[in-house]
Amino acid sequence: MKKVRIVISLILFSLITCYFLDFADLLPQQLHGLMRWQLIPALLAMNMVVLISLVVITLLFGRIYCSSLCPMGILQDMADWLAKRFHRKKKYPHLKEQKILRWSMVALVVLAFTGGFHLILNLLDPYSAYGRIATNIFKPVYLAINNLVAAVGNYFNNYHFYEMDIFMASISSLVIAVCTLLIIGFLSYKYGRLYCNTICPVGTVLGFLAKFSLFKIKLGNNGCNSCGLCEIRCKASCIDAATKEIDYSRCVTCFNCVEVCNKKAIAYQFSGWSPNNPHTIERDSKGFDATKRTFLSASILVGLASLQKVFAGRDKDSAHKINEIYTSHNVPFKKKHPITPPGSVDVNRFNDSCTACQLCVSKCPSQVLQPTFTAYGIIGMMQPAMRFEHGYCNYHCTLCSEICPSKAIVEISEKEKKKLQVGLVHFVKENCVVVTDGTNCGACSEHCPTQAVSMQPYKGNLTIPTIHNELCVGCGGCEYICPVRPFRAIYVEGNPVHLQAKVTEEKEEKKVKVDDFGF
Amino acid sequence: MERRYFLKAVAITGVASTLKIVDGFEVLAQTSKATSGSAGYDLVAVMGGEPDQMFRRAITEMGGIGKYVKPGNKVTIKPNIGWDRNPELAANTNPVLISEIIRQCLKAGAKEVIVFDHTCDDWRKCYKNSGIEDAVIAAGGKMIPGHDESYYREIKLPRGVNLKTTKIHQAILDSDVWINVPILKNHGGAKMSIAMKNLMGIVWDRRYFHNNNLQQCIADCSTLAKKPTLNVVDAYRLMKSNGPQGKSLGDVVTSRGLFISTDIVAVDTAATKFFNQVSAMPLETVEYIGKGETLKIGTTQLEKLNIKRIKI
Repeated sequence: MKKVRIVISLILFSLITCYFLDFADLLPQQLHGLMRWQLIPALLAMNMVVLISLVVITLLFGRIYCSSLCPMGILQDMADWLAKRFHRKKKYPHLKEQKILRWSMVALVVLAFTGGFHLILNLLDPYSAYGRIATNIFKPVYLAINNLVAAVGNYFNNYHFYEMDIFMASISSLVIAVCTLLIIGFLSYKYGRLYCNTICPVGTVLGFLAKFSLFKIKLGNNGCNSCGLCEIRCKASCIDAATKEIDYSRCVTCFNCVEVCNKKAIAYQFSGWSPNNPHTIERDSKGFDATKRTFLSASILVGLASLQKVFAGRDKDSAHKINEIYTSHNVPFKKKHPITPPGSVDVNRFNDSCTACQLCVSKCPSQVLQPTFTAYGIIGMMQPAMRFEHGYCNYHCTLCSEICPSKAIVEISEKEKKKLQVGLVHFVKENCVVVTDGTNCGACSEHCPTQAVSMQPYKGNLTIPTIHNELCVGCGGCEYICPVRPFRAIYVEGNPVHLQAKVTEEKEEKKVKVDDFGF
Repeated sequence: MERRYFLKAVAITGVASTLKIVDGFEVLAQTSKATSGSAGYDLVAVMGGEPDQMFRRAITEMGGIGKYVKPGNKVTIKPNIGWDRNPELAANTNPVLISEIIRQCLKAGAKEVIVFDHTCDDWRKCYKNSGIEDAVIAAGGKMIPGHDESYYREIKLPRGVNLKTTKIHQAILDSDVWINVPILKNHGGAKMSIAMKNLMGIVWDRRYFHNNNLQQCIADCSTLAKKPTLNVVDAYRLMKSNGPQGKSLGDVVTSRGLFISTDIVAVDTAATKFFNQVSAMPLETVEYIGKGETLKIGTTQLEKLNIKRIKI
């Protein structure tokens, strides 16, 4: 059973991770369905099918979710596996359940969330935290390897692999991802599933359900000689060999104990609808202290890390907002609103539903979606916004809306997208090359898919960008390509509530008869 | 001294004999009646056919592809694949034309035929949705990327006025022969996008052009020492308005034309005059063409050229 669990977990973990990393569309897009099965996104999307299924699965079999579906859980098992490679005699002592702590974490998350402060949920949700690790740490590494292979290939005139642009979009997200990885990695290396069983709100809620699960691990069957091997091998520290009891709220049904028992005295079996929760654990002051200490140090670390990143991230993240360099004829401007992706309807709705898993950041083929720092205020930290330093939103693309697991970006069709105005173009005439240098340019209009920016006659042979607000979809093509620095001559201001753009598509070719060469 | 001259003469005769064989072979292979192929036209204009058919006619009149592509040559073809648009919207060069050129080059003995563009929209989407990637692979060519700075090498443009150095795609620099295959389009900034403008797709930093007198930089770029061996203007469909990307089919006119020349200024002049019949575009408004003539890249004096006009 343990082997089956490991194989399934590794397959799902690889698929989720590879889907995050795959920039070349080698994997089928349908894989985003795996993200829909993550509890918190499903909850925010009110995806009843997934929610009911997860509850039913947990009520039947226990915390299968934590063992096989949650990428963060599997990542921790990997750290735990590593630890066992280095410390053959690694032992997990039985620990008392930190009931108050666990439920106060849930209460904190729920209270903060209902109070409109989603950052805590976004920080603690294991799937989203893993998504940020994949996006901010694994993906750049993967791209670097790809570029190395591409460089070698190109040298030998092989262009099967191609170079990819690697850039750090957000220091804050990187710092948080690194801290998450270090803290959770350390905790699992040292204490197994401690994060899942003390801090993780998903673990606590599923743990509560798991107490009533139909199938459970059962200790002390015929042949048990109370050797205690199961207890020291339990990465969730939930087995008390002395009393032969298991805290089912912390058991992640990994079957390690079943496997390890020499006497075959542990079985996973039908147990009926009883909570069967051992309350008789004696107070073990040693274990108690260790847990508390770990948790405290972890939370202090998280706190410090977030503080640190507040300061570390400031320069980089705010660089796009306002640049302090002024040139003689360059008029500065400041954007008021961040631009949310097409399908997010309005900024408040988006902030409320996005768990900052950054799947869309990883998958955006134009690299337009980037994690923010304080663009949405502190509550929206790490949630993505459209930024046009590295690209602009492709007119035909609706990928982010299709893959968003929490429906923060609602699925839209290509036709619907072309009618959406996520932001509105602003022209700073004083900065335009046509005005300042008296030369042709037109790069903005060139990139405008709807000709909301069109070139109209100006002085002499010159043409100048002219704005048609009603046609603008806010894709940012104009802002991306405008050659003027430090402040561009054209930019897109976000629409806090997305509006409709006018579509003026002619379906027919003009019938023009050309029957001579003209020269 | 005598020995040296003798050896030279032998070498030249040797080369000449291979040339003749290839030439004759190609002309025969293309069409039965094309015997006046080596008449030496400066520019061939064709109207009224399909893209591949018009190219076959034009290249035969130009002396056959073998006059330009030798056995063992590395050929690079540079279409315009700037936009994530399908072929009907005339934002990108016609894929049927590209595959015909590739087939001819391979038939002439080209070692490999490479196709690329530095696109504006996402290059993967452009390559795919333009139909060009599929056409290239089907014809036996090789599609390579142009989206990353590492593919470009810096060169000097000593004759350039505003553009003195720029980074050019290695596929151009390393080729033996390169063929410039733009599509005929209106352009909001440069007025027209034809052969000279298509060279912006072999360059890495295009913002520099826009920031330093676009018209002058386009002309400067065409002073490139490694100039295109042939310029083939695809005017099967032209974009009469809202170029270079276009909005919809309303911007497209099916004009069934094709122009080919070794003179990039002349071919742009001819194509602009052709375009002018559909939508007013006096030659002098397209400043880079005049500037190109000033830089002695080519001529706008079409009346002084030997032009072959064919209506199919």
